[in-house]
This record gives sequence, structure tokens and C-alpha cells, in this order.
Amino acid sequence: MANRYTSKLSWADVTPEHMFLNRRSFMAGTAAFAAGTIASPALSATSEYSTDAEPNTWEEITSYNNFYEFGTGKSDPAEYASALTTSPWAVEIGGMVDKPGSYSFEDIMSQMTIEERIYRFRCVEAWSMVIPWNGFELADLLNLAGVQSEAKYVAFETVLRPEEMWGQKRNFIPWPYREGLRLDEAMHPLTIMATGIYGKDIPNQNGAPLRLVVPWKYGFKSIKSIVKITLTDTQPEASWNMIQPREYGFYSNVNPNVDHPRWSQASERQIGGGLLAKRVPTQMFNGYEEEVAGLYENMDLKANF
Amino acid sequence: MSHALTTAERINAALRPIPKWLIYVLGALPGVYIIVGVILALNGTYDLFGSSLGIDPAKTIEHWLGELALQFFIATMVIRVLRDLFKLKLIKFRRALGHLTFFYIVLHLTVYLWLDLQWGWSQIWSDILKRPYITIGMAAFVLLIPVMATSNDSAIRKYGPKVWQNIHKLTYPALLLGGLHYVMLQRIWDVESLIYLGVICLLLILRGRALLPKFR
Repeated sequence: MANRYTSKLSWADVTPEHMFLNRRSFMAGTAAFAAGTIASPALSATSEYSTDAEPNTWEEITSYNNFYEFGTGKSDPAEYASALTTSPWAVEIGGMVDKPGSYSFEDIMSQMTIEERIYRFRCVEAWSMVIPWNGFELADLLNLAGVQSEAKYVAFETVLRPEEMWGQKRNFIPWPYREGLRLDEAMHPLTIMATGIYGKDIPNQNGAPLRLVVPWKYGFKSIKSIVKITLTDTQPEASWNMIQPREYGFYSNVNPNVDHPRWSQASERQIGGGLLAKRVPTQMFNGYEEEVAGLYENMDLKANF
Repeated sequence: MSHALTTAERINAALRPIPKWLIYVLGALPGVYIIVGVILALNGTYDLFGSSLGIDPAKTIEHWLGELALQFFIATMVIRVLRDLFKLKLIKFRRALGHLTFFYIVLHLTVYLWLDLQWGWSQIWSDILKRPYITIGMAAFVLLIPVMATSNDSAIRKYGPKVWQNIHKLTYPALLLGGLHYVMLQRIWDVESLIYLGVICLLLILRGRALLPKFR
């Protein structure tokens, strides 16, 4: 069941009219997405959480990326990600589920409801964007596979394909990239699998054909180009946490009060303002405190950073 | 008949007519280009940089200036080693390169304080105290202040060559800190920054014992 969460930002806030019209004509021509078209209901979505943040442009969102599989420079992914084959694509869902197996991307999409979600996106490097994602709730996909009662965590893996992702030929990260969530985080209605941006198919550099988006956590938690999802009862490995446990915790919730040895997390620079891109105070849980604070009640967020 | 000129002698002869001011002019060009580009961009007059600035222009410029500073710093410090190893006489250009190094460090620091942190002093202080790579970068800058202040002929006369040389040996720890600053700001072991640090370590090894301060 989708539409549990509605953003307070609407398409009208984000998209210039000409692009907006293009998007609709694009969608009209995309029969495969017919069941879950992002068109009508979302257009009238009223926003529960207003923000004065300006949404970023397609250009900004798709040419400033961290996707080390394609190199460590911010413009590397846009330059090299076209080498990745995203069709055919399948996600192996396993572990503590009733129906383990390989789920093809088309099969998943035919059963999911695609919605628009305009989220703030906060990188651990202290920059941020506002991104109009299209996608479905992760909970819906997990329910499709049937989560068993003993499952406590969800583990994710990015595709391992060094011949298409040259960064994977270098060992600065133990490939494949992996991430994990607690089950209640994964089932939260804010947590989505994104398959589009601005109503277009998500570009490879942003994690095609499907990637996680957890808007209250630092961006590296939102793992891209996922091929494996495993339900487990032990806390999964997470790549950055494996490399530098002192810097990147398992939870990695956006928290201006927890210091990072490399970047102050108290404020962030909003990408898109040019030379004088504004620095603004970072909000607790990236502004999603009302929705997610309950997940961490009685938890020491400094110890569980 | 005089002996055939060695390669070093030929290079020295070729370099002799080059005036010092030419080093200042050529060396300052990238910095002046960046300053002019930033002023024009802030005015909205003209886009000098085009797409080379990328999506986060402030960071791009900050990194350009940091790399330029490190490159000029290494160029300054390699001159003594080139004399020791190859008898190349470049000493007359060294002060110009040193001044240019400081010029780029000041620009780098200015962009960090202005465009990046936007004069948020509380965060600037916490960065300097809590972020090791920034602590180290700042320490390198502070070490170079007395060096820059005495990088002129009258300071040599005033302090005498021995004291003056000891002051200028501060450049070696500053160079090492600069290289570490670059390596530590990377999220992973980054090849390019490690090459810079490798070159710096090699320089320090080649200078070896001569770097220890002299007291007699």
C-alpha cells in the first residue's frame, strides 16, 4: 500500500512549466509504468512539511555525484556511468523472507506504485540538495517477498561489475558496496527505492535502475544500483563503516550535534547557489525529526552515531 | 681549449638571463586569473571559468588554490636539492617561488574562510580545533608567517645568516604538514595526494641532517 506519506512539496514547486509538460508527455508514452504513473495524484499533493529550500536542477542532481564505482571525483560518475548495463536487471531477495528469489526489475515495477517524493538530501561531506525522486516504498517491496518475524535488519549490495565500473578495479573500498538498515528503518514510509528523478528514468550516475533513499540519513546510506537485499537478524556490514568505523557509524543519522572528525555537521552548503552557495544550519534528522525520532527513542545518538 | 660544458652548466647558462620578475609575473598568472574570474562572476559581468568550475564552484576554487600552493611550495623546496644533486643554480628564483607559495596559501585560506565557511567564526574555530586535517593545514600556515616576514634581504642583515637560516628551516615541517593536509582531507587513500606526499618525503630525506637547526 503506497501513499502512506505525502510530501509537502509539490511538483508545481519544483518543475519549471516546460519541463513539467515534457515530463507528462514522457509519462504518457511510457506504457510500462502505466500502473504506477507518477502523474495525477502527486500533482495535487499538499505538503505537510514546508521548506523554503530551492529544489535543485536536473543538471545539478545528475552531474555532482559520489559513486566511487565510477571514480572519486564529483563529475566522474556522470562521465563514466554510461558503461553500466541496467537492462536486464534483477534483485536477489533472500535471507529471512517467505519468497526468496531473483526478482526482475520489470516484475518489481509492475507490482509497485510509483510516487513522487521531494526530499532533502544531505551528504556527510556537509553539502545538500533537494531532489524530486520518483519511486516506491521499500516496505512494499519487502512485503512482496514476505518478511519473516525473526528478521531484524536489511542488508543491501550494489552490483559488482568491475568491467563496467572501473572504480571497482581499485581496492580503496572492499567491493561490492554494501549498506544496511534496521528493519523498522527499512519499513518506515519515508524510506523509498528511487527509480526516477524529475519523472525521468533515474540516470546511471544516480544509481540506476533502482537505489535506496533514506532522507534522514547521510547520503552514503542510500546505496545505489542494488542487486541484493537480504533480511537478517544480525547487524549488516556497511562499506564506509568497515573502512573508517570512527567516522561512519552504522546509523549515520543526520545529526548536527554529533561531530565528525572530517566535517563539522553543524551546517551545510546548499548546492546550486553558485560561488556564494548558502551555508545553512543542519536540521536534526535532516528535518525529518517529527517522522523518525520515534525510531530512536531511549537511544544514545552520540554513541550510536 | 676549454672543457666541454656539462648539461648542468648549459642549463645554468640558459637560465641566467631570465629576470626574477618574470617568475613573479608568470607564477601569479593562475592566481590573478582566479581572482579576476571570481570578481567577474560575483558581479555577474562575465563567466571566465565556464563549466570548469563544476556544480560546487567554491569547493573547486578552494581545491585549485590549495593544489597551486602545494605545487609552488614543492618547486621552492626542490631548488636546493637540485643544486646538491645536479649542480643546477636556481637559487636566484627561490625567493620569488616562496613568495608565490605564500600568495596561494593566503588565497586558499581566504576562499575557505569566505566562500566555504562564510565567516562563521564559531565553526571556523571548531574546525581548526577538531578537524585534524584543518588543524594541520593551519599549523603549516602559521609556521610560514615568520618565514614570509623574513623573506627579504634586510631580514638577512638584521638577524644574521645563522638565525635567518634557522627561521627558514620552518619551511620543512610546514611542507610536510601541507602534504599531510592534502592526504588527510581525502575520504580514501587517494593516489594523487599520496604522490604529492611521497615527493615531499623524498625531499625531506634528501635534505636529511642538514635540516636540524644549527646552534653554533
